[in-house]
Amino acid sequence: MKTKKMTLNRNARKNYLTYGLVIAAYAILQTMSTTGAISSSLKGMLVPICAYVVMAISLNLTVGVLGELSLGHAGFMSVGAFTGVTAAMSLQTAVPSPVLRLLIGMITGAVFAAIAGVLIGIPVLRLKGDYLAIVTLAFGEIIKSIINNLYVGVDEHGLQISILTNKLALSDNGKIIINGPMGITTIEKLSTFTAGFLLVMVTLFIVFNLVNSRSGRAIMAIRDNRIAAESVGVNIVKYRLMAFVTSAALAGASGTLFAMNYSTIIANKFDFNTSILVLVFVVLGGLGNMLGSIIAAAALTILPEALRQFADYRMLIYAIVLILVMLVTNNPTLKGYLDIAKQKLVRKKPAAQAAEGGGDNGK
Amino acid sequence: MANKVKLVPVPSQSVIPERDIDKSPILETHHLGIDFGGLVAVDDFNLTIGRTEIAGLIGPNGAGKTTIFNLLTNVYQPTRGTILLDGKSTKGMKTSQVCKMGIARTFQNIRLFSDMTVMENILVGLHDEMDYNTLSAVLRMPWFFRSERIARERAIELLSIFNMEDMADAVAGSLPYGAQRRLEILRALATNPSLLLLDEPAAGMNPSETEELMENIRRIRDMFQIAVLLIEHDMNLVMGICEGICVVNYGKVIAKGDPDQIKNDPVVIEAYLGKKGAK
Amino acid sequence: MMTFLNYLLSGISLGSIYAIIALGYTMVYGIAKMLNFAHGDVIMVGAYICFFAVSRYSLPPLLGVIAAMAVCTVLGVIVERLAYKPLRSAPSLAVLITAIGVSYFLQNGAQLLWTPNPKVFSSVVGTNRLALFGGQLTVSYVTLVTIASCVVIMVALTWFTGKTKTGKAMRACSEDKGAAQLMGINVNSTISVTFAIGSGLAAIAGVLLCSAYPTLVPTTGAMPGIKAFTAAVFGGIGSIPGAMLGGILLGVIEIFSKAYISTQLSDAVVFAVLIIVLLVKPAGLLGKQVREKV
Repeated sequence: MKTKKMTLNRNARKNYLTYGLVIAAYAILQTMSTTGAISSSLKGMLVPICAYVVMAISLNLTVGVLGELSLGHAGFMSVGAFTGVTAAMSLQTAVPSPVLRLLIGMITGAVFAAIAGVLIGIPVLRLKGDYLAIVTLAFGEIIKSIINNLYVGVDEHGLQISILTNKLALSDNGKIIINGPMGITTIEKLSTFTAGFLLVMVTLFIVFNLVNSRSGRAIMAIRDNRIAAESVGVNIVKYRLMAFVTSAALAGASGTLFAMNYSTIIANKFDFNTSILVLVFVVLGGLGNMLGSIIAAAALTILPEALRQFADYRMLIYAIVLILVMLVTNNPTLKGYLDIAKQKLVRKKPAAQAAEGGGDNGK
Repeated sequence: MANKVKLVPVPSQSVIPERDIDKSPILETHHLGIDFGGLVAVDDFNLTIGRTEIAGLIGPNGAGKTTIFNLLTNVYQPTRGTILLDGKSTKGMKTSQVCKMGIARTFQNIRLFSDMTVMENILVGLHDEMDYNTLSAVLRMPWFFRSERIARERAIELLSIFNMEDMADAVAGSLPYGAQRRLEILRALATNPSLLLLDEPAAGMNPSETEELMENIRRIRDMFQIAVLLIEHDMNLVMGICEGICVVNYGKVIAKGDPDQIKNDPVVIEAYLGKKGAK
Repeated sequence: MMTFLNYLLSGISLGSIYAIIALGYTMVYGIAKMLNFAHGDVIMVGAYICFFAVSRYSLPPLLGVIAAMAVCTVLGVIVERLAYKPLRSAPSLAVLITAIGVSYFLQNGAQLLWTPNPKVFSSVVGTNRLALFGGQLTVSYVTLVTIASCVVIMVALTWFTGKTKTGKAMRACSEDKGAAQLMGINVNSTISVTFAIGSGLAAIAGVLLCSAYPTLVPTTGAMPGIKAFTAAVFGGIGSIPGAMLGGILLGVIEIFSKAYISTQLSDAVVFAVLIIVLLVKPAGLLGKQVREKV
């Protein structure tokens, strides 16, 4: 009887630790930024870090929990960014509160990204492995191409949309929102660090609660063994789609947050390289490990900035660091050394270890 | 042997244990068959299993036994013939739907959710026992906790069948081989089946483990009052617990009957040992 | 009609370049089961080497190509030894990320060595054009040379993998590395050979690509790399004729959609065709559909 309670507690403990660390990080950074203790360049990165953290957590749902490689996650971010900003901008007069407008923007972004997720997920999830990966890549590129050729404007008659060339017939009071390859050039900067922090918390809440439920277990069962999952009555299509669409929706909200931190945004920002960047966060942080994703996303977003003193060499160093980390964590020989080092470190605090072990096995 | 059961014919000319005769059979297949390309893998396969029967499916390697399991669970859609589970046809259903209808199975090459814990493996089996939807799980509604608690209690009960309660937190992939096989059976039982298919449950077990397994299969049948169909090469196990045995070779049924009939059937002996063995 | 033929020829020409790159992807995938994302950047390195050999050291173009092939072959083998070989037993995602790291490394290394300023690549086969049908159809020599090299490479590779000992070893490794090793095949050196061939081909592709589209920057290889990767999947990844077919079809579709649908949306059309093909044939045009054994 007691064992099962312990299981729940152990899962929950790691989740609470994650929530706690995020709150602590927010509290510290927020204090530092109001007292001016951090550089303005770092301050400017706080919102993008939150956006990338949400991207990493949501991609981890697809790659780590569902077990499918997606190379087009930035596409959903893009859909979220452009639809969310469009919503926020067209409601500029109707909804005076900027906080509310940002919220509406993020929800719109999430909804549209979710719709894109359903449309893409239905065909994509019929494929397997690397074929699935390449099709997500293809969808990411298609989304980029379409938005690059999309023209959206708003006037008192409502939204106007045209594709390929600017055929908008806006009235004098109208304004163009999405201007093809120029993107959106007149964004109100509504995103704040607090909004980013709250989105991270909501994302964690959704992902943790999803994963620790019958639906999450069904998703992981499909990842571990599709045929066995089917044989115990799990509806494969439903749960794969659920994970994929949830992941897309969260990426969409993150896109809105990201875009509303800048005054201009273009579709080329959300290309294959951005998808790969987020994938790197997920793999470095550990598959299925949300705290790892958060740390990796934050650290790797800051790293190129921190390497600024190396000027031209910084991206080269970034590449070398990336390769070395992958080698050290995955090569059997090197991993052996790492484990020995870890053990030495752990031995220093045997008391804490024993207490934890006792808690797990206690009956 | 304790399981001497008299087999009696049912209207479809198959035989089932006498005690199940007044209940309709749990499974009936009629002229079931599948072709892979031009190859006829299974043909004209007829089988009837009683409500609480322990039945065996035997035959030489490559005879099509596992293919029959895959047909029964709709992993492969049959080319011809019908499967009636509790009188209802499973034609066109997905594997997951067949499971909900009442067939659960294990696999020849163990298929656990190896990165998940033992408890989680069982909980996936209990998937349909939990009645909350995803939204109420994300919002952590009170009935989510209630449903989870009941499911976990049920999982511990199931684990106690094989005395595996203290392994609940272990990662399934790290269990010893025998425990993995047992966990797979429990996971199948968790889906609340009326027919349990076991694909070589004793593979890789030593004689004493096999003996224990036989006891447990019988116990499971008595506890849950379900039917069991098993594929096995260990003849001690098959002859020891199976009430009805069906022998297949080259995708066709070559003999049916109780253990004594099968043991002495010249066609079966020939299939296993070749022509010389029959003399 | 002549414009159609013209588009078709340039489509086949572009497709031939994709096909040569795709061959590298598909061979490496077949044998090492990894998506070598750095392959596109090897193309770029090859083009730079040829550029400097011809423009700075005034070597004849043919020597420039050979130099590029030599450097890329060595580069491919070194990268494989240092970055991929230690990860042979690692999960495929780890290898993928490493390949991305190598890609970043090559791009940024090139940027440091050769600056991000675009170089104007002078075609290795000159800019002359061949006039056919009384001048109604003009074909540049680059187009002809590209198509010809593609055919030659295809024939040579088919012969190599089918008839030579090393080629057979490669096929054996791609079927089952463990079994190949038990048969006395040196798996590691076979993989090295595969990388060497793939990278050498990438150098040729780089030179041909820049002869046709003469702007050379450190990211030149990225997009053709992705497209060629798509082509390899399109044809059925792991299959050599598949890579060829996929590459050429992709090139033709790209040029036609530029000509007849929309220049800006041509990439979208290319990828949409890929998606449709994969939905109908989930393992690509010539790929083997393997049924999972239950």
